[in-house]
Amino acid sequence: MSIPREEVLRVAALARIEIPVDEVDLVASQLSGILDFAAQLDRLDLGSGEPLAFAPEAAAARPDAADGRQLAPGQATDAAPESEDGHFLVPPVVEHLNP
Amino acid sequence: MSTEGLWRSSAAALAARVRAGDVSAVDAAESGWAGPAKLWEADVHAVAHTDAATRRANAESTSRAGALAGVPVLIKDNLCTTEFPTTCCSRILAGYRSPFDATVVRRLREAGAVIVGKANMDEFAMGSSTEYSCYGPTRNPHDVSRVPGGSSGGAAAAVAYGLVPVALGSDTGGSVRQPAAFCGVLGLKPTYGRFSRYGLVAFGSSLDQVGVFARHVEDVALTYAALAGPDPFDATMRLGAAPDVGRFDSGVEGLRFGWPAGLWAAGVDPGIVEALERSATSLERAGANRVPLEFMPGEYGVAAYYLVATAEASSNLARFDGVRYGFRHPGADDVLSMHAKTRSEGFGAEVRRRILLGTYALSSGYYEAYYLKAQRARTRIREEYAQAFSRCDALLMPTTPTLPFRIGEKSEDPLAMYLSDIFTIGANLAGIPGLSVPAGLGAGDLPIGVQLLGPEDSEPNLLRLARALEAGGDRARMGREHETEVAWPSRR
Repeated sequence: MSIPREEVLRVAALARIEIPVDEVDLVASQLSGILDFAAQLDRLDLGSGEPLAFAPEAAAARPDAADGRQLAPGQATDAAPESEDGHFLVPPVVEHLNP
Repeated sequence: MSTEGLWRSSAAALAARVRAGDVSAVDAAESGWAGPAKLWEADVHAVAHTDAATRRANAESTSRAGALAGVPVLIKDNLCTTEFPTTCCSRILAGYRSPFDATVVRRLREAGAVIVGKANMDEFAMGSSTEYSCYGPTRNPHDVSRVPGGSSGGAAAAVAYGLVPVALGSDTGGSVRQPAAFCGVLGLKPTYGRFSRYGLVAFGSSLDQVGVFARHVEDVALTYAALAGPDPFDATMRLGAAPDVGRFDSGVEGLRFGWPAGLWAAGVDPGIVEALERSATSLERAGANRVPLEFMPGEYGVAAYYLVATAEASSNLARFDGVRYGFRHPGADDVLSMHAKTRSEGFGAEVRRRILLGTYALSSGYYEAYYLKAQRARTRIREEYAQAFSRCDALLMPTTPTLPFRIGEKSEDPLAMYLSDIFTIGANLAGIPGLSVPAGLGAGDLPIGVQLLGPEDSEPNLLRLARALEAGGDRARMGREHETEVAWPSRR
């Protein structure tokens, strides 16, 4: 199968990734090649098998408190590109709020 | 007492000397840097982050009582450490320092190990060659024109040339076992849920496992014993105590190893096929029994893996958006364009490709055709392993279809790169343990690895079989008192 350019751009927008115009065809061709390879799963007899969501038979529930370790707000924002008073700073999310 | 040549020691021997007070933890931890690093590191480039002062401080503060007392350990750059950066070798995490240690790192410290730095890797563990690092590639010490495998190539290469006796990597589709084979060292991927993933930067959460590199089976066993066990910070841990791997030298009499020879009837390097036959003969000489059986072709696993792993990656890597960590693109004036510009410049081409593929497989209209089908195939693959293990205790098969390939040979062909994991991916899909064991040298004196796979929690048997291979099948040399020979890379 061949993924159309528009579909590549739609998925890129969903993934919050910009693809330079001159690379869209290459990306479409590489993704198409991988999906063609994946199509061989159609030949595998899957019977009535359920999808495997998780490998281990039993997963332990994480206790709420664990052992008391937690990050202070200042620690959490230490690595941020911009922060102020324990808050992450970002460019405007909503603009022109004045009526 | 002389400390020259300490870097050649096994971790077990090194820790014994540190505990006895015969060698200081500083000398033990620095031995690789004082010796082989001077000869190799500039060309191999195994290390992404280190500095002498931090190494020394870690060595001076370590316990002299633990099972790994004074043993230097290099950590893959996707495992959180407080004193070194944790960047996943990606520009998007440039300069990031974690405020906490990964559980496996914490347990290494508790066992007396000295964390000496972070290993180079493919960006976010996405690759099979360690060419996709923002710091540049790692090279194979056995031939620096070739790749060390990946994505944990820095860790494997460092153990191979003698910088450290033990290193930690992560294995989502073979990223410990494949570089172990390419570099001529041991590489263990434990059963899913036996090593905590807390502090491992997530790629494919249902597939990721922390793994161990070492040059000796005993060192793999020591490290497994130090790291395995419950952790309340990882909700996917297996319940109950980890199995005891202390009797790895107790022989293999009566163990049955499956021999799915149809898997390597075509498309596998002839030197690897010969190494498999030699290995099988060694195991038989040691008292194990060969059980010929048929097994599903590996292509199905690769197909399912690259849908499941990329879908999980597209979700896990959504957190890297320029808000909380590392790099932020300076030229955006609203938050959505900041996300997109940061991710487009911060991620490398392979990571972007996998995020796009995973987003496609999860998106409306394609979910059932791709992701759901891949998860059903995963169930089928898990059943295939269960059937095999009803007839044998472990499977013996190649770790890789080829010898280490040349730098650049596959970097422009993603599918060819993905197929180099054809024999390793199944263990991740099924959640079972796998161990790559050195099996001599092939054409061009390049290392070969053979792989042992077993059912969940079969690490004790895998290590017994590996010890038998290490001793060449000679029962008289299987005891831990017999030091095994290491195929050190020679300078070319």
